[in-house]
Amino acid sequence: MDNAITPRGPKPRRRLSRANIMLYGTLIVVAMYYALPLYVMVVTSLKGMPEIRLGNVFSPPVEITFQPWVKAWSEACTGINCDGLSRGFWNSVQILIPSVFLSIVIASINGYALANWRFKGADVFFTILILGAFIPYQVMLYPIVIILREMGLYGSLWGLVLVHTVFGMPILTLLFRNYFTAIPEELFKAARVDGAGFWGIYFRIMLPMSLPIFVVAMILQVTGIWNDFLFGVIYTRPEIYPMTVQLNNIVNSVQGVKEYNVNMAATLLTGLVPLIIYFASGKLFVRGIAAGAVKG
Amino acid sequence: MTSVLVKDLTLKFGAVTVLDNLNIDIPEGEFLVLLGASGCGKSTLLNCIAGLLDPTDGEIHINDRNVTWEEPSGRGIGMVFQSYALYPQMTVEGNLSFGLKNARMPKAEIKERVDRAAEILQIEPLLHRKPAALSGGQRQRVAIGRALVRDVDVFLFDEPLSNLDAKLRADLRVEIKRLHHNLQNTMIYVTHDQVEAMTLADRIAIMKGGIIQQLDSPTEIYNRPRNKYVAGFIGSPEINFFEGRIENGVFATTGERFSLEGYEFQNNGHEGSAWLGIRPEHIVSGDAAKDLPVSARVTIDIVEPMGSDTLAWATLAGVPLRIRMDGQAAVSSGDEIHIGFDPSRASLFDKTSEERV
Repeated sequence: MDNAITPRGPKPRRRLSRANIMLYGTLIVVAMYYALPLYVMVVTSLKGMPEIRLGNVFSPPVEITFQPWVKAWSEACTGINCDGLSRGFWNSVQILIPSVFLSIVIASINGYALANWRFKGADVFFTILILGAFIPYQVMLYPIVIILREMGLYGSLWGLVLVHTVFGMPILTLLFRNYFTAIPEELFKAARVDGAGFWGIYFRIMLPMSLPIFVVAMILQVTGIWNDFLFGVIYTRPEIYPMTVQLNNIVNSVQGVKEYNVNMAATLLTGLVPLIIYFASGKLFVRGIAAGAVKG
Repeated sequence: MTSVLVKDLTLKFGAVTVLDNLNIDIPEGEFLVLLGASGCGKSTLLNCIAGLLDPTDGEIHINDRNVTWEEPSGRGIGMVFQSYALYPQMTVEGNLSFGLKNARMPKAEIKERVDRAAEILQIEPLLHRKPAALSGGQRQRVAIGRALVRDVDVFLFDEPLSNLDAKLRADLRVEIKRLHHNLQNTMIYVTHDQVEAMTLADRIAIMKGGIIQQLDSPTEIYNRPRNKYVAGFIGSPEINFFEGRIENGVFATTGERFSLEGYEFQNNGHEGSAWLGIRPEHIVSGDAAKDLPVSARVTIDIVEPMGSDTLAWATLAGVPLRIRMDGQAAVSSGDEIHIGFDPSRASLFDKTSEERV
């Protein structure tokens, strides 16, 4: 140290300190760990089969071809159907939209009622609901089969929508309840003095303040339902299998040559929706928080 | 005419009794302040009157109508909250008109009322702003405006100035007083600030443990507190208490005997253990003290100059004594001075019941 320098202004920091090396070293290793498989998948999906047989997993494609993607989307065979993943994609979309919509609508009203309108037995109701989140799915698989059969929904799209809606309830209700509880109670009281009722307060006061939590709930539900395999394979028929189940059937088919490039492309296609949701709503999420953070 | 009548009101949360058989009769146009330390039930009482809490027992009448089972919006009240509770996503105009829209009032009348309230509170330039773009004082004005547009007979204030800084609080306090003067509505105002209570109130209700300790005009409460709690709660710096006995018109305490000549007893000839309370501002110092019925010599321990007045600490009869002196008084610690007080300005409380005697 040079004693001639008197400390003044911002304290100088060393860039190559031991802590920094540890920090960035760990970050780089972890990033590689996650990025490398993705890289291999993208690269392989753009190669033709002859090039794959050369065995250089990490080398970039010599000749880029989108044929595997086209095949995965519209030509790959599962059982007797040879119209690719597109069928599964549309099935998943048809399952996803009503499930996400219904579960969020119902859970937000549940959470609002639990947070602001302390009805008799609210605590018991809430406890039971939360307990539901801890019961393993396997326990409920067969009972639900019976329930759906009795309702005449077994094997149908709406049966699966119902299952997703019900299973989303505990965690989403908890999410909304906690968010609404954090909104100052006086705001709710003021709205009551102003003559707003149950729905008036929900739609005019609570909803406009709650964009961030709706985005969070949407992310949770979209990824959860899109990635679901178990319920999809159990409660639907082959023609309406969701994309994940169809992907499994394509990748794990035992007949013929294993087309790695098609498999990779199919997997990437299936993962695309949650990925897009993360990227698109990430911004919306931040904006939502910024808008909601303004206290009255 | 009675504006708000609270009859045998009791509220229990499980085993905890928050309000205990309360009765208040508030005449039309009165400014009533509910004053007490936190947890005394004053805000709970206000919420019951507003209809935001269901009482366990009792009735609430507003304008000679039993509104005990009525919704808050149907009671003819407007309420102002401590945290302003403005709807953040609406403009000031939206905040003011929300209640009127809920009542399905014609658009023209809504506009007229909003404009009038904005004019009274001088918030016209702010009508199209969101609450986030307002200062604390402006927000509280809007909150008052929201009660104003409803054109109600009873205003309820729940510690409306507690979130504001000292200067703004003093300004808005005067404004609320002016508002009451102009509107002549019944107002019920909850606060823990005794200055607000003393300056605003026609009558003050001092609450403790869900019971009203004293309901009187500010001067009566200040000069003739009904019990020891009220005497200690009102007044800053705090009243001085001496523990002793009343014997033959003399108050005897450790090493001192105070004459009680001129003290107005509730019933004559009270004897026995008691507390004597004398306010710091009623203690006279200097030569004038020598002629008073009670006088003594004390040594000043500490002096706290506050500009407008000076608070001196001494010891008398074994207990610390606060003396409020003129702001220009030339005293310093170690000085020995003459002090005295007129027993007619003191308050005597029974030792066990702590009631005024």
